[in-house]
Amino acid sequence: MSGDTPDLTLREVPGPSALGGGWRRSLELLSLIAVADFKKAYFGTALGYLWSIARPLMLFGVLLAVFTQVFRIGSDVPNYPVLLLFNIVLFGFFQEATITAVTSIVTQESVVRKTQFPRLVIPLAVVLTTLFNLGLNLVVVFIFILAWGIDPTWTWLLFPLALGLLFVLTTAVSMIVSSLYPRFRDTAILWSVAATVLFYASPVLYPTSAVPETLGDILQLNPFTPLLELARLWVIDPTAPGPIEAAGGFVHLLPAIAIYLATCVFAVWTFRREAPRIAEQL
Amino acid sequence: MERSVVKEGGPAPVVIEARGLQKSFRVPEHRIDTLKERAAHPFRRMEYRELHALRSVSFDVHKGEFFGIAGQNGSGKSTLLKILASIYRADAGRIRMAGRLAPFIELGVGFNQELSARENVVINGVLMGLSKRDARSRLDAVLDFAELQDFAELKLKNYSSGMLVRLAFAVMVQADADIMLVDEVLAVGDMAFAQKCMDVFYEKRDAGKTIVLVSHDMGAIQSLCHRAMLIHDAELAYIGEPEEVAMRYYRLNFAEAGVEGPGRGAAAVPDINARVVEARLEDDAGQPIENVAQGAPIVLDLLIEARRELVDPVFVIQVMNVDSVVVFSLTRTLGSGTRELAAGDRVRISGRIENSLVPGKYFLDCWVRRPREHGDLAVQGLRLRDFVVYGTGEREGVVSVNAEVEVEAVPEQARRA
Repeated sequence: MSGDTPDLTLREVPGPSALGGGWRRSLELLSLIAVADFKKAYFGTALGYLWSIARPLMLFGVLLAVFTQVFRIGSDVPNYPVLLLFNIVLFGFFQEATITAVTSIVTQESVVRKTQFPRLVIPLAVVLTTLFNLGLNLVVVFIFILAWGIDPTWTWLLFPLALGLLFVLTTAVSMIVSSLYPRFRDTAILWSVAATVLFYASPVLYPTSAVPETLGDILQLNPFTPLLELARLWVIDPTAPGPIEAAGGFVHLLPAIAIYLATCVFAVWTFRREAPRIAEQL
Repeated sequence: MERSVVKEGGPAPVVIEARGLQKSFRVPEHRIDTLKERAAHPFRRMEYRELHALRSVSFDVHKGEFFGIAGQNGSGKSTLLKILASIYRADAGRIRMAGRLAPFIELGVGFNQELSARENVVINGVLMGLSKRDARSRLDAVLDFAELQDFAELKLKNYSSGMLVRLAFAVMVQADADIMLVDEVLAVGDMAFAQKCMDVFYEKRDAGKTIVLVSHDMGAIQSLCHRAMLIHDAELAYIGEPEEVAMRYYRLNFAEAGVEGPGRGAAAVPDINARVVEARLEDDAGQPIENVAQGAPIVLDLLIEARRELVDPVFVIQVMNVDSVVVFSLTRTLGSGTRELAAGDRVRISGRIENSLVPGKYFLDCWVRRPREHGDLAVQGLRLRDFVVYGTGEREGVVSVNAEVEVEAVPEQARRA
């Protein structure tokens, strides 16, 4: 409530921006929209949750059959089926969030063009909704892991850290693609191809150790490599080589870290640059 | 007809201060909108045409004011609205505001069809600048106002369009912003609804809220606004009296229309002729009244002041209903041998008019016309006031008439005979 004697101090109106209307308003809108979208996905349809878990499970089933029966990479890796499921669900989060985020601002066109809507909230809400989704999927994955006979260890407590790193990277990429799309409409096609390439260029289907050395160097540039290895080490297999060991020393890990950080910086820079003018591009 | 917000103790404080607002759009001659094209022509210099939408516009709006922004399509008024609403960023200049602004560029923006009314009301409230807690605490008030408590959990996609409008409107009313930015889209369409909007705006204005109305409807600008400004060709053409804004606006339109077909007999050219001093309706005892009972005569008492020398002026009194239909029109000239009025002279128009209007809302206008050189007519429309005819009689049609019409059953014998 503004009260009976409203404050009559003139304040600068900064114009549209990534967080137009202030931090608090943006956060409130973000939480309201993410929760609403999530509810919509799960309580709207009778089989809501089932559908969302069905996709990774089916992909898992097919890949498991291919890689244990046809190519047989999986046979040499301890706990391969659970590792595969775990990786698919984690990478699936990244893929789903970023691909939905690309067109998110254009889909919300009317809000962007007709209200002072904090632009950043739109892709962030997508990532957050997908994150809730990931949370539910992880429940299934962890039941699977326990059923497989893997004992919980204290390192499970570190897993949220890996999840946090994944979340930040996903957010950064979502910010980049969603802010570029209004200007360059082929971002959507390019990104869906790029995401598929990234899927195969990350140790999702295979462990890093199975990759020949020449390709291994390229694989080490991918920030997903240390990320997924970290998750594997902490949750599935305490004897697996950690990211540092797999890279062959901390120095070899630096490019991936640099790319990770550069992506985040680039995301903030691009979004801040594009946000004020997005309404004009639509 | 209180037109000034200047109360004792000087003018009200400024709540919107715009200084040197500038905005141009770069319109590419050849738009590159894919990365593929960008990659194919990496060194091609983009050729842009600079489109100036606003050039150095400055103005102040005071607290409690009903402020109009007028202009033709493409004049830049919509750009200005979007800059005020923080949708576009100005290239140069600055805006300062006091209090919370809620833009109503369109009703129900941000409504999500898949969500329930309850969720939508809260999200929209936050969008209008309320905190989440405030938005939640006003939820019931909004649903009550919209008379939609029973449908709070229903998804909006199952709402009828009428229910949607009611909900959107209720959110707007309850958002209770200090400054309301209203686009004309709100004022058009369903007249009954537009009227309800206007009633709310009056209420808000009386409660000390500031309202900025963007419109190209001069009727609305003249009847609602305390002060107005005219944007023409990206520039501020005039700021001040709404009548003057309307006059200049008409003049611009006529000037442009004149290019197409000049010299087609007597043309009506808008001009400033007069102003309204007082416009009263009275009852039989001579007491001023606001509204008229159905069937009771309309007793007029109008005082109009000439703002320039008027030779052989003609006064046309018109009553228009909410559908913009002129129900009747009376043309009068000066009585008792006078032919001329000097600037500042006043005329009184008074009398009784038989009232056969059906219940509803009406507008009383007076057109002041004088002959000009080359057989032209200089005219000015003055919106005198509005009033309601109340009663329980027949509401269909435009007027109720005295009629001796009966229905009688015809007996069979009579037909045979």
